[in-house]
Amino acid sequence: MIAELGVFALVLALVTAVLLAVLPLAGAHWGLAGWVRLARPAAFLLCALCVLSSASLFWCFWRGDFSVLYVAANSHSDLPMAYKLAAFWGGHEGSMLLWQLMLSGWTLAVAWRSRDLPPAFVARVLAVLGWISVGLLLFLLFLSNPFARLIPAAAQGKDLNPLLQDPGMVLHPPLLYMGYVGFAVPFAFALAALISGELGAAWARWSRSWTLAAWGFLTLGILLGSAWAYYVLGWGGWWFWDPVENASFMPWLVGTALLHSLIVTDQRGAFRSWSALLAICAFSLSLLGTFLVRSGVLTSVHAFAVDPGRGLFILCFIVAVVGASLWLFAWRAPELGRCSGEFAMLSRETFLLINNVLFTAAALAVLIGTLYPLALDVLSGEKISVGPPYFQAVFLPLVLPALALMGVGTVARWKSSLVGELWRRLRVALVLSLACSAVLALAGGWMGVRLSPATLLGLALGLWCLLSTLAHIWQRLGQGLEIGHLGQRLSRQPWGWWGMLMAHAGAGVFVLAVSLADGLESRHETTLAQGETAEAGGYRFRFDSLGPTAGPNYDAQRAQFTVSRAGLDSWSMFPEKRVYRAQGMALSQAAIDSGWTRDVFVALGDPLDDQGLRWTVRLQVKPFMDWVWIGTLMMALGAGLSLMDRRFRTAKQRAHRQSGAPALQGAV
Amino acid sequence: MRFVLPLAIFLGLAIMLGLGLQRDPRALPSALLEQPAPAIDRPLLEDQQQVLHLQDLRGRAWLLNVWASWCAPCRQELPVLAELSKRDAVAVYGLNYKDQPDKARALLRVAGNPYRASAIDGDGRVGMDFGIQGVPETFVIDSQGRVRYRHVGPVTAEIWRDRLLPVIRSLQ
Repeated sequence: MIAELGVFALVLALVTAVLLAVLPLAGAHWGLAGWVRLARPAAFLLCALCVLSSASLFWCFWRGDFSVLYVAANSHSDLPMAYKLAAFWGGHEGSMLLWQLMLSGWTLAVAWRSRDLPPAFVARVLAVLGWISVGLLLFLLFLSNPFARLIPAAAQGKDLNPLLQDPGMVLHPPLLYMGYVGFAVPFAFALAALISGELGAAWARWSRSWTLAAWGFLTLGILLGSAWAYYVLGWGGWWFWDPVENASFMPWLVGTALLHSLIVTDQRGAFRSWSALLAICAFSLSLLGTFLVRSGVLTSVHAFAVDPGRGLFILCFIVAVVGASLWLFAWRAPELGRCSGEFAMLSRETFLLINNVLFTAAALAVLIGTLYPLALDVLSGEKISVGPPYFQAVFLPLVLPALALMGVGTVARWKSSLVGELWRRLRVALVLSLACSAVLALAGGWMGVRLSPATLLGLALGLWCLLSTLAHIWQRLGQGLEIGHLGQRLSRQPWGWWGMLMAHAGAGVFVLAVSLADGLESRHETTLAQGETAEAGGYRFRFDSLGPTAGPNYDAQRAQFTVSRAGLDSWSMFPEKRVYRAQGMALSQAAIDSGWTRDVFVALGDPLDDQGLRWTVRLQVKPFMDWVWIGTLMMALGAGLSLMDRRFRTAKQRAHRQSGAPALQGAV
Repeated sequence: MRFVLPLAIFLGLAIMLGLGLQRDPRALPSALLEQPAPAIDRPLLEDQQQVLHLQDLRGRAWLLNVWASWCAPCRQELPVLAELSKRDAVAVYGLNYKDQPDKARALLRVAGNPYRASAIDGDGRVGMDFGIQGVPETFVIDSQGRVRYRHVGPVTAEIWRDRLLPVIRSLQ
């Protein structure tokens, strides 16, 4: 019964979405106030129906209703409760429902937070979001109904894919989808502006907070996905340039460009059509990500739904959405005329433009690397895969200059800046970061650690990002050096400024950590019998014992390793080799000892004999690995801090101001 | 004009993706296509005194299925293969790849045995000659002993109906 309720709610949601997509748009076009007013209640109703439908699916999982095909395929009565609920998005249909739930949630948020914007504009934004909902709900109802019945009902479920039975997996998809789908909002704002033909700076101002929120969620989602790959897949790495990872990374890169381009459009009125194009691209890449993961066009560990019918629908959907929006762009953008904000060669606008060009180019490089194997297959029938070497060779040269210019851009002035002033403000940071990396290189050499040129470059760059950010804070707050005024000065700085600094410092921390973790890692793959020892990265690993153990839904061989370092301290680690009962799938659960300065990683491979006496093991020491996560977390936190800025909370006053007028606040 | 450029690029991309959708990522072309299949000459799982020779199988089309007891998809594939090959009267021979004979025999007892016979490829040399990338893989071999088709991944009822059976029927 409950499953049928879920389907019914979806059908009603589709009807509501059609109303939301058509009526407010027509109302805004012909000036029918009554139809325009419909947008907001329709958005509320749509969200309520999607919540009802999702709640029905949760209920089915909670009760273990194996007469629902999707539940039977992804759950099991032995599955712990948290994973039963996470199994909601463990497969294709539920993921799509989650997508729609998130979309309706964002639609509701826009309806709720935009009471002070012009009603006709809001009606268009909500209508665009309504159109996307229509497409997705059609897809859900006709091609991936999560409530499809299984008759006769299964006695037992097939269990959730063991790879997904991890705390990170519970949160990764919702956060990632929040980010993916969140880019629908700036997209809708840009389209609404294009439809109305009023592509001033106003839409950019209004969509900035939404872009920040989506970007923050996407950052967290990618972080969790990457951490999941690191902790669960047990391959000893954290980023593999897998097509599906790339699919989430491309919207992130374009989203980063969009964030920065919107600043210029908001503050200076420039880059208008460019910002609109980026907003379209960011969401298009989110859709493309969905297409790549769900259609089975590319093979990958993640692509669990291989169904050409679905792929075809998603492709048609993408063509409709992106094609229509780019057509609208081609039609309307030329009418925008020249932008109002003139700027000199050396100015904050130029630095933000370079940021935009580099990040967009990086996204393009990743896109090419992801789609090239497919293109080659179409053109010549050859099957190849493009690996990390390509991405490192193409991606790094694009992103490194962006990072190097980050510190300069933040201290540069709008309109025009002077070389002398930039040099005066940044020379200490520049000299210090170069000196510190030189000292590190020497110290490393003295301790017998050889730093490669790439690692050194990374170190210098990371230090530069951090120190230039600190210099910026120092100059903003430290002038005069009167302690009494410091508190006052601190409180006067806008949250947006703190957010920017936090995100930029996070980028610095991230670069430092990646350079150290990848440059100084030591790994050792060997075979060990019980009682034997091996060494990696200055640590001694002793294989003590091996015994059977069992979890709620798996049996495992659990090994005990004693890890010690030069006679200092020693502790035990317990890697496991699990076999999940329901699917008979074997999974290696690596033991990872995380610390502030290094991660120690022990993973069991396979037994080499029947008695299980000798095993292949992988031992790995990654220095400063945790800081990769901390740096990424700081970036997401930066987006959160910026959202607390007064400018976004007091949008109501600004909304009534004529669009295109330069903002009074000088901050970013 | 420059404002139309994004649309043009996107349409090109969409056409490519649409064509890509027609492809099956699992239908990997074999380097051996239309070439004589490499020799197997390995003892049989059922009776280690006997050896599987390709010459003995000349004269009709047959399937070579590479499998192992450690391979989870093979467990699902075995009963499907057993039922379909029996229904359509297709000869299926197995290549037991990098496996232990005891475990392999145990799996066949539990999951069903689709094979007329299985050759033991304990060191994986024969698999290497066939250029396999993963287990399971299935090759269609014609009456002259040439490789005519290669499928990577487990055989399902759809794969059997749409891919393998048409090739086999065309050879008979």
